[in-house]
Amino acid sequence: MTVAPQNHAPQNHAPQSHAPGEPVLVVEKLAIALPPGADRPYAVDRVSLTLRAGEILCIVGESGSGKSMSANAAMGLLPETVRPVGGRILLGGTDLLTLDEAELYAVRGRRIAMIFQEPMTALNPLMRIEAQIAEVFAAHGLLTPRTRRSRALELLAEVGLPDPGRAAASYPFQLSGGQRQRVMIAMALALEPQVLIADEPTTALDVTTQAQILRLIRDLQARRGMAVMFITHDFGVVAEIADRVAVMQHGRIVEEGAAADILDRPQHPYTAKLIAAIPDMEAGADHTARAAPRASVLDVEGLTKTYTLGGGLFRAPRTVAAVRDVSFTLGRGETLGIVGESGSGKSSVGRCLVRLQDPDGGRVRLGGIDMAGLSGEALRQARRRIQMVFQDPYGSLNPRVRVGRAIADGPIAYGEPVGTALTAASALLERVGLDASAADRYPHEFSGGQRQRIGIARALALKPEIIVADEAVSALDVSIQAQILDLLDELKRELHLSLLFITHDLRVAAKICDRVMVMEKGAVVEIGPGAEIFSNPREPYTRSLVAAIPGRRPRATPPEALASVSLASAPFAATPLPAAIRTPV
Amino acid sequence: MTAFWVRYARNRGAVAGIVILVLVLVLAMAAPALYPRSPWAMVQRPFLPPFTNGGFPLGTDTMGRDIASAVAHGAGVSLLVGFVSTLAALLIGIPIGAVAGYFGGRVDDLLMRFTEFFQSVPNFALAVVLVAIFRPSLVSIVAAIAIVSWPPVARLLRGEVMALRGREFVQAAVLSGQRSGPIILRQILPNTLSPVIVLGTMMVAAAILLESALSFMGLGDPNIMSWGYVIGAGRTVIRQAWWVSLFPGLAILLTVLALNLVGEGLNDALNPRLSRKTR
Repeated sequence: MTVAPQNHAPQNHAPQSHAPGEPVLVVEKLAIALPPGADRPYAVDRVSLTLRAGEILCIVGESGSGKSMSANAAMGLLPETVRPVGGRILLGGTDLLTLDEAELYAVRGRRIAMIFQEPMTALNPLMRIEAQIAEVFAAHGLLTPRTRRSRALELLAEVGLPDPGRAAASYPFQLSGGQRQRVMIAMALALEPQVLIADEPTTALDVTTQAQILRLIRDLQARRGMAVMFITHDFGVVAEIADRVAVMQHGRIVEEGAAADILDRPQHPYTAKLIAAIPDMEAGADHTARAAPRASVLDVEGLTKTYTLGGGLFRAPRTVAAVRDVSFTLGRGETLGIVGESGSGKSSVGRCLVRLQDPDGGRVRLGGIDMAGLSGEALRQARRRIQMVFQDPYGSLNPRVRVGRAIADGPIAYGEPVGTALTAASALLERVGLDASAADRYPHEFSGGQRQRIGIARALALKPEIIVADEAVSALDVSIQAQILDLLDELKRELHLSLLFITHDLRVAAKICDRVMVMEKGAVVEIGPGAEIFSNPREPYTRSLVAAIPGRRPRATPPEALASVSLASAPFAATPLPAAIRTPV
Repeated sequence: MTAFWVRYARNRGAVAGIVILVLVLVLAMAAPALYPRSPWAMVQRPFLPPFTNGGFPLGTDTMGRDIASAVAHGAGVSLLVGFVSTLAALLIGIPIGAVAGYFGGRVDDLLMRFTEFFQSVPNFALAVVLVAIFRPSLVSIVAAIAIVSWPPVARLLRGEVMALRGREFVQAAVLSGQRSGPIILRQILPNTLSPVIVLGTMMVAAAILLESALSFMGLGDPNIMSWGYVIGAGRTVIRQAWWVSLFPGLAILLTVLALNLVGEGLNDALNPRLSRKTR
């Protein structure tokens, strides 16, 4: 990869080059008011930050801490109802908060650029990539149409897309998540901004892709001497990329300093708590002990699921094998983790087991019955024994049904009297750590973590033997994540449940699982005790997954570890699953 | 609920709509008291211009009937036809759309082809034919309007239910052993309420227009005074006696406008995306 020739730089504004260490973006006592009635008066409360040339500043915090709000204020992208009420954001001596919309146009993209969490929604689905990048130049009246195109190709090459010509001619849906994020970065770099704001840019990506994107951002930052403000909730990512760190809680900066200092010697209790909440990769000794053989409750043999897509009068339908010949057993009282990247078929396995999807082949033996072959009333009866906890704490509860009733609905459907079922629901709510009075409230009155507890209570209401947790903690903040994992573990022991834990997050899997099954492209790569898989992976694919986990090792990552990562996920991988199937909602 | 009204009241047009609608309702209810005589009775000389005789502020028509009385009595008929026919259309459209959307596949194909059969005939033509076949009466008019206006309801419901069907809370209900009927009724339908209410309001307005148009064509119930009938009767003399058609026309205009404003206000107030923005 070569350094982009400087003569292509937009000529009519000389990019002021900053000596490393010189402040580029200075936030002074920024205060952003929330509308009346919110849980606190200020989204951002007298925050001061200095972003220096040539450094990566990570802003870390949980959801609602005001970390994104601070960055959006710099770009003039605040929602209508919140407004800055004090302080300044200085970019080379100009206060960005005083600029009007027209003046902001000259700043956005050209001096400060931004990349977002979800590249699919940040790109226009109906425009080719090339045209979208060219539009950045056109919006600022730079270059001629022809040079815009060639510059777009150079940018795509610079962000490491293997076939820039093909990527340029693609529509966003034809690219993978990581490729889309590279395109977003190319667009952000187009006008050679001094400051790049990255708002959770790797949160939606797979772990190996995340490692690549982090490395790319680091490379580009070093090569161009940009200042990068990197917003994240993940201390693992911080360890990978940050020079300095600012930790935010409730709209305030509670701690700020060099990355190494904060990570190794956190001063503020909140920072310490966040760092402690990261599941660490060394699986506990008790897990190893618990990985002993035990009586099986669930036997899966040769499970197969193929999706058929499209197909019309003159077109052959396309088939995608989501699950190929998957076999495993789940022991009584065991936690089995299914890990893999998006499109690996791990969710499809879970959905086939509970029969939200019908498998095409194979057997699912649950205490002598083959779940895969049941239908109608027999299926309804068998389903009591295997229940599911869903990913989305917001989407998995009906907004118009009271919480107690939502939990009681299952037992009522199996003939339990309404009164007993509701009493049992209250008891379950207490068991999962909520107040019994929660039963009379509606889901919107609860936080994400509380809703996930309600989801767990609902799954327990039918007294199942097996619980399938499909990315059950992925949408939660780390500290809440730890609580929910502890709760699941505790309930499992107490009620002698078996847990099938589907996750993309290997750190979570390492924390909770006795055994782990690694999946890739619908097939099982490796299955074994968690400690063994993570400390001593046999298969190259598992090795690449483990190597890509952010924050596992000091920043000086051995190059060979990363090399294996970039090999592992081939660009333009053989037609990935369509998004609709890959992430069933 | 109070939050809902606060959001609704933010739209001034919608508040004006409610006020007009209440006035029309009051007029309809007060009509028998204000004008105890039949609106068909000839009470003055024909072609009495408005604002000339204190007792007949809106003048009289070609046969000396009081236009003010006709407008007042017609208000009740218009509102009744509008609301009852909309209710009937919802009762046909909601089950069809919900079943098609929930079960999908062949059931969906069958029900949607059936729906399209009604959609492929122009609304008004079908209503005219139906009323003509069943002889004009209040019941046949309401039935005809309901029959021509349910397909959009079924379409809307099908789309909403299909979207909700894939949501995790519905899947959770399936997994917890609930049967299809209760899932549709308890989990899905309550979540489709907002768009149905908005559509319903607009349908009332459309039904009032349709009834007026039928009466204008002479297909109204001959025993009932309606706004459309008065306009139709006055159309031949519009150059000599403009007031005969004008006042009932204004009444239709205001009522339909009010309903549309209310519909829009409800849409804003019930739209979760807007409400999230203001939170």
